[in-house]
Amino acid sequence: MSRPGRDDAPDRLYTVTGGRSRSASDAFDLVTLVVAESEPFRGMQSEHAAILRICRSPTAVVEIASYLGLPVSIVRILLGDLHAEGRITARHPRTPAAADALPDPEILKQVLVGLRSL
Amino acid sequence: MDSAASDLTGTRPPLRSTVDNGLKIVVVGGFGVGKTTMVRSVSDIRPLSTEETMTQAGEGIDDLTDVQGKKTTTIAFDFGRISLDARTVLYLFGAPGQERFWFLWDRLFSGTLGAVVLVDTRRLADSWYAIDRLEHHGTPFIVARNDFGGPPHSAQQVREALDLSDDVPLVECDARSRTSSRDVLIALVDHLYTLVSGREPAQ
Repeated sequence: MSRPGRDDAPDRLYTVTGGRSRSASDAFDLVTLVVAESEPFRGMQSEHAAILRICRSPTAVVEIASYLGLPVSIVRILLGDLHAEGRITARHPRTPAAADALPDPEILKQVLVGLRSL
Repeated sequence: MDSAASDLTGTRPPLRSTVDNGLKIVVVGGFGVGKTTMVRSVSDIRPLSTEETMTQAGEGIDDLTDVQGKKTTTIAFDFGRISLDARTVLYLFGAPGQERFWFLWDRLFSGTLGAVVLVDTRRLADSWYAIDRLEHHGTPFIVARNDFGGPPHSAQQVREALDLSDDVPLVECDARSRTSSRDVLIALVDHLYTLVSGREPAQ
């Protein structure tokens, strides 16, 4: 797989997002799981259609970026579009966002059980 | 025109439809210390790579026409994933430890469970900045010494070289081994659990 984004001219990324370089919010974490709620339709922007296909099963934002070969920041903008149109839903992480906040002990127990069974 | 998702995602297994909680652990360290090796050892999928970009100007820019002439930094990072149960998936990120990547760190650390600082005892100075940054953010971490077969150093020597406080666990590992890499993650989560328990009010 080629390195995403690296060889893309900036004007391609400009076109993909209609000229926007920042998303309205940072609502989409790298590990927010995105689920398509509709199928792509003819005439839809190809990146939007690709996201809907990839997200037929839950897919993290960072994986979508990797599959599309686009920087995460661009993918956040595209996801914001689809979300605003009700074409995707987002399952946000249930962990505190602050770097120094400790996670719920129940989640940690689940993680330990999962890791020990690997 | 409607190609299958597998054209884009390759042969990677999709997550279960019930998965609703994504967790993050960051593996940081200098070049060549084995971050990607460790991610590959425990990941359910072949590690993927993606990029994050940031303009030096930072916040509040809505239009690329404002960004002309401003410096955009793009860096790549690797990641893998481990499905833990029907609802939970753990993402492991390998992040370069060099100072110039501070902005990626700030993003990756947000909401992360904790971090593994992977060190090569022949190049301990490569991890100083990473440890500083983690301490600054208050992100819990452990240090894992990847065994490169170099000259032996005692754990105490490594602790002193890294100026590690006594409550930060230091473990040995072989990043090529799935079991060993898994045990590093378990050591981190055990450490987190201890921290959580310790912060609960005494009776």
